[in-house]
Amino acid sequence: MLLSLLIIFPLLTALAILFCKGLKQVRNIALSGAALQAGYVVYLLLLFVQEDIAVKGMAFQYACSWFEPLSINYHVGVDGISMVMILLTACIVLAGVLVSWATETLSKEFFFLLMLLSLGAYGFFISLDLFTLFFFLEIAVIPKFLLIGIWGSGKKEYSAMKLALMLMGGSALVFVGLAGIYFNTGTFDLLAIAANPIARDVQLIFFPFAFLGFGVFTALFPFHTWVPDGHASAPTAASMFLAGISMKLGGYGCLRVATFLMPDAAHAWSWVIILLATIAIIYGAFATMMQTDLKYINAYSSVSHCGFVLLGIGMLTKTSINGAVLQMVSHGLMTALFFAAIGMIYSRTHTRMLAQLGGLLKVTPFISTVFVIAGLCSLGLPGLSGFVAEMTVFMGAWQNPDKWYRLATILACASIVVTAVYILRATGKTIMGPMSSTYENLVDAKWNERLAAALLIAGILLIGLAPFLINQLISPGTEVIMNRVIGFSK
Amino acid sequence: MWVDVLLLMKQELMLVAMIFFILFLKLGRERSNESYISIVNVLLLINLVAGFIGSKQGMLFNEMFRTNELMVLEKNILSLAMLIISMQSSVWLKTHKHVPEFYVLLLSTMLGMFFMISAGNLLMFYLGLELSTIPLAAAANFDLVKRQSSEAALKLIFSSAFSSSLLLFGISMIYGTTGSLTFSQIPPLLTNDPLQIFAFILLLAGFAFKISVAPFHMWTADVYEGAPVAVTSFLSVVSKGAVLFVFISVLYTVFKPLAAAWYNMLFILSLLTIITGNLFAIRQNNFKRFLAFSSIAQVGFILVGISGSSQFGTASVVYFVLIYVFSNLAAFGVIALVSGLTGKENITDYKGFYKTNPLLSWILTIALFSLAGVPPTAGFFGKFFLLFAGAGKGNFLFITIAALNMIISFYYYLRVVRAIFMDENPKPIETLRIPLLPRIALYTCTVGVLTVGFIRFIYNYIHALSTGL
Repeated sequence: MLLSLLIIFPLLTALAILFCKGLKQVRNIALSGAALQAGYVVYLLLLFVQEDIAVKGMAFQYACSWFEPLSINYHVGVDGISMVMILLTACIVLAGVLVSWATETLSKEFFFLLMLLSLGAYGFFISLDLFTLFFFLEIAVIPKFLLIGIWGSGKKEYSAMKLALMLMGGSALVFVGLAGIYFNTGTFDLLAIAANPIARDVQLIFFPFAFLGFGVFTALFPFHTWVPDGHASAPTAASMFLAGISMKLGGYGCLRVATFLMPDAAHAWSWVIILLATIAIIYGAFATMMQTDLKYINAYSSVSHCGFVLLGIGMLTKTSINGAVLQMVSHGLMTALFFAAIGMIYSRTHTRMLAQLGGLLKVTPFISTVFVIAGLCSLGLPGLSGFVAEMTVFMGAWQNPDKWYRLATILACASIVVTAVYILRATGKTIMGPMSSTYENLVDAKWNERLAAALLIAGILLIGLAPFLINQLISPGTEVIMNRVIGFSK
Repeated sequence: MWVDVLLLMKQELMLVAMIFFILFLKLGRERSNESYISIVNVLLLINLVAGFIGSKQGMLFNEMFRTNELMVLEKNILSLAMLIISMQSSVWLKTHKHVPEFYVLLLSTMLGMFFMISAGNLLMFYLGLELSTIPLAAAANFDLVKRQSSEAALKLIFSSAFSSSLLLFGISMIYGTTGSLTFSQIPPLLTNDPLQIFAFILLLAGFAFKISVAPFHMWTADVYEGAPVAVTSFLSVVSKGAVLFVFISVLYTVFKPLAAAWYNMLFILSLLTIITGNLFAIRQNNFKRFLAFSSIAQVGFILVGISGSSQFGTASVVYFVLIYVFSNLAAFGVIALVSGLTGKENITDYKGFYKTNPLLSWILTIALFSLAGVPPTAGFFGKFFLLFAGAGKGNFLFITIAALNMIISFYYYLRVVRAIFMDENPKPIETLRIPLLPRIALYTCTVGVLTVGFIRFIYNYIHALSTGL
């Protein structure tokens, strides 16, 4: 029951918001709901640390039958990896609510949809049953469509539709993959499937479906095209959600469903994953160089950064998978922070174009600092989470002895230079240099924005300075996955 | 004997009693439309509740009529749909000259469907089918001043006659090759003889007409557009549901020996239907036409479910029809209301609908999401089980194409959602007051859409009943 509360809290918050009157009430309920979730997740974490995960495998398990004749269950449970993802979700939900404090048009619907989105994310990360997992994966699609379409900017209808259709296509592929697994094992239960290995030829057929399907969510090249448009058109909080959580659904699914359940096929297909991931990393980095809109810069850099997640998974060594999870968390926090900063700048200057911005450090020192921190984290400055995560991925990737994989690793490493170029250019143009006189009276960040930024920066610093803390959480989880991967390859 | 007849045929007898009661009401003193509407709705409610009491299994009249728990449930689903449609159409009926006749026609149609579902003999089945189509054509003509309505009725009667003749031809050939019309005696005599396959193809074509499977779907859009909204929703939910129920029981029991042949036919028809429905739905602007094509695509998905094994297939189809009742009727309910009060029926008219009618917009949106198969609405579970049942056969090419077609259907449903929520409109539909009866109907549908998937009892119950086939 402990974990089911993670679904119940957002649901109750969402319902409470429906019955609210006036902007003030809506905000207060949304904020207290998000804070409650965050508090509860921290409480769960404390409980989790005391659990003996090595013995139990998955903590806080709860199962009850849903559709008995088909042996579909509602089965939840967490290991270190999902715990970290839940923490990330809670953190971003709270920050997202804080950042969108000023939303006045249809605020009730806005926060309602945000809560629905967080419900989908929590449910996805705690599911141990593939049906439940799929259910929550799809729940998260519709709120995104509405959030972008209603509150977005620019060509929002186009972006919303593109995002919804591509994600739907991803889930259609996932569906085929899951059905394939079910009809070859007779169950949807993740742990039960893991206990009885699937035949190799079956794996080879259905692994691509599952991996590609989840890959669409995490911007796998060439299915990344929804990312730039979707992120750029979305309102700030939705961008934070999209990049921070939603893209992680895909990475987590690739790891937990595709790789964990079908390790044989993961080995066989890993060259395709590596190839696509390397293309995404390099192409994303170069595409970012050409962008002039801050949101597009961050969106394309997300494509590149999520490439590292897939690269880590594709390399199939313990360190690289650890790195992939770290990169998911790090990228989640970092892009959320980046989008928050961009949102703050945009709400004041009403432009996101590099050419029109400049010298913001003088008038809005806090926002500018946040922007710089996010940027430095993105380019992998030691001491921040980006460095830890990317370093781990590269180390792990190098452990894979195949020479072509090493070439991919070198190429991916080299892309960091490009990252440095576009990040430094963007920060330089935005916060340094001459300032347009119209910006003289800009107000610096308000309390809610400061709080949101502080929360995310705290997470980035924590991972950056004390990576062993989070590593201790993740390692047992990746160990289980790796045992299967290695067990099958021999 | 008589007690048996009373108990086993209780749903049919109740309908007959209702029909005569309404006719006698008409003979008596002059009544207002409101009183007719409320009397009939109360009767339909009683009928629905009574339908759930004391269902028994059994056969009558030399296996002409048979019933079991699943059939009772199927009939109850149709009764529920009838009640919802009747409540929704009250706005339109209030100003109509012939309220009792309308109900008599629809109820006779229902009676035909009930007999058709319970038929244990091809002749009985044919009689039920005819009883269910001829009054419906008259009902389609019930917008007396609109010429389109007469056109719809004419098209419906022609296409029905054509499909009936195909069915009859098929039935006669089945009789010719097996010497029997009784469901239980035919299967052992089926030998994959070419003539029998041909007879089956004719029967399949007849069924395909009724449930508008491509390429036999041509009449659907025109009839849906021209007929009054109440009749359109009846056609798309009740009439289609009834034929589907019969279709699955005939396929899984009578034509079980020909399974290898009909699996391939279903495979082709299903994909053709999904793709045709989807591609045509994209371009529609009239809401009724739009739903017509979308319902064609839905039938395609149902065929995917039917292609599965008999228990999975039956359970998923019955479950889907139940969900389809809620979701499609919620959509039709909003359309009936808007068209009844303002006369607007185009999707473009719904631009900016959310600003003026937030409640109706949400109901319509939830209904459309359910039709698209998005969680947490019931439609997700329905679609999932259909595709799942189909996947049970191991033909994953089929399932992949069907699943990818969900993207297209998602696109056109979202197009409507976009019009409602995002598009600007200087002159949106004005704020509507929802009368009591349609309000109840809409709430019932919405609650159904949101909860059916989570009440695990419902699917488990249907699945348990499906073993009988």
